Amino acid sequence: MSANLINLLIQATGQTLYMVAISTFLGTLFGLPLGVFLAISQRGELLSAPWVNKVLGLVVNATRSVPFIILVVAIIPFTRAIAGTSIGTTAAIVPLTIAAVPFIARLVENAIREVDGGLIEAARAMGATPFQIIRKVLIPEALPAITLGLTLAVVSLIGYSAMVGAVGGEGLGDLGIRYGYQRFMPDVMAVVVVILIVLVQLVQSIGEWIATRVDKRAPKGRGQ
Amino acid sequence: MTSHDGQAASIIFDRVGKSFAKPGGGTVSAISDVSLTVEAGTITGIIGRSGAGKSTLLRMVNGLERPTSGKVLVGDQDVGAAQGVKLRTIRRDVGMIFQHFNLLSSRTVSENIALPLEIAGMAASDIKARVADLVERVGLSAQADRYPSELSGGQKQRVGIARALATEPKILLSDEATSALDPETTQTVLSLLKDINRELGLTILLITHEMAVVRDIASHVAVIEGGNIVEAGTTYDVFTAPQHPTTRSFLSGVTGVTLPAFIKDKITQQRPETGGEEVIRVTFAGKHATDPMLALLTRDLGIEVNILAGAVEEIGTRPFGNLLVSLDAQRGKEARAYLERHGLLTEVLGYVG
Repeated sequence: MSANLINLLIQATGQTLYMVAISTFLGTLFGLPLGVFLAISQRGELLSAPWVNKVLGLVVNATRSVPFIILVVAIIPFTRAIAGTSIGTTAAIVPLTIAAVPFIARLVENAIREVDGGLIEAARAMGATPFQIIRKVLIPEALPAITLGLTLAVVSLIGYSAMVGAVGGEGLGDLGIRYGYQRFMPDVMAVVVVILIVLVQLVQSIGEWIATRVDKRAPKGRGQ
Repeated sequence: MTSHDGQAASIIFDRVGKSFAKPGGGTVSAISDVSLTVEAGTITGIIGRSGAGKSTLLRMVNGLERPTSGKVLVGDQDVGAAQGVKLRTIRRDVGMIFQHFNLLSSRTVSENIALPLEIAGMAASDIKARVADLVERVGLSAQADRYPSELSGGQKQRVGIARALATEPKILLSDEATSALDPETTQTVLSLLKDINRELGLTILLITHEMAVVRDIASHVAVIEGGNIVEAGTTYDVFTAPQHPTTRSFLSGVTGVTLPAFIKDKITQQRPETGGEEVIRVTFAGKHATDPMLALLTRDLGIEVNILAGAVEEIGTRPFGNLLVSLDAQRGKEARAYLERHGLLTEVLGYVG
């Protein structure tokens, strides 16, 4: 493999990491509060608002039901308005974030809903405000599940980022298609796949390590 | 506890009702027309079976449930009508402990106890000193930096108690606090609650389905059945002279006095025409609790008494005895009249041929 190709691979890996990192960050920034709100706005919950909950739930479902490659193309005007351009790595962050927000929101919602209702009751009995309950009880108690959820989101975003070649997003997936497939260079394809596997393994291991560190509950000991 | 006043009522339930909307229309009544006064500084137990409404009643004291009719007063504040900041202020004056402890798994013992203080907005340095005191008081200094998953049930409830006391409340609510604990641990937790009541003058309102808990720490008791309070009074009076069948059935479990199986199997409610034995429960209370009344019965009337089961116990510091006896069925009426004349309580349980 030529030095040129190796350079391309390094560059593509950097682009993938850049897209995934920024879209994970933005996805969490918007997805976390949305997920918390989805969890606590259900009927009878802390901030019961069943109608708002239903409408937001529909929007989240609608966004999640659009195949990512179609989402990328469909929102090109929006991408141009936000990023100033509709092509390139930075522009690709827009559809990646749009896909990440509802996904992360649902993962966070599930994690929050798993928190024992008794803890919320105890906090209410202490005179906690809803915001204090979110900050001091719900998020800390759901943190192990949220961490694992975010790990899943990052892995999915690595997969999604391979599709943004369609709008000139570059990155590893794009390199694999253009060199490995269109230029018949199976060795490039193989290296791209190996790098992706290593990335996903790394993300998963780091995510699980953090989740274990923040989880202070007794080990479940299933199957011992 | 300067605000403690031995005479004042601490909690007043005034004709309280609570009904829930049923899915598909209509309402279900959980509590109806309950009036109860909890005196400051007492330990009052509300006993009832599951679904009797005791939990709903308890949760009205800190506004976790709101009455649909009537009023719940804590001090002079109407909890049911309080909203927002006012409700949260009342809640900081009312501590609560739970059957399943409800400790945050992500916080250590100290951090759990600090939570209500953080919520109340206390400065971090003050929190530290206060938490250290509380940890010491409940005897968990060695476990201060452990997580709940590393503690036993009894230790977890001690953390719960320390957490409930953190904001120096005047009232402590206990929601089946010992129901998930073994008998030995239950005793240590109950004696801790008793100490707190005595030393801090804290009013404790507890709900339980175990009469033993009431006997061991409560000075007053209310029996709840189907959303109504069917009997209430001092624990001693209710134990020695229960009026309602529900109270009696709770008591039969705790006084340790039940019929031996060989009698239970052949007991009937029909008095035999001739011969036979009448089975009676005799309750000794007050000054007669220690008198040899059965010996006197035999001496004065010549009626021989056969003891089947019995126990003498203490409620608070007052003795109280419970005996199951059998005697000549044809002279039962005479014997019971004699015993009641001497201040004992009797109850016919049945006859054996």
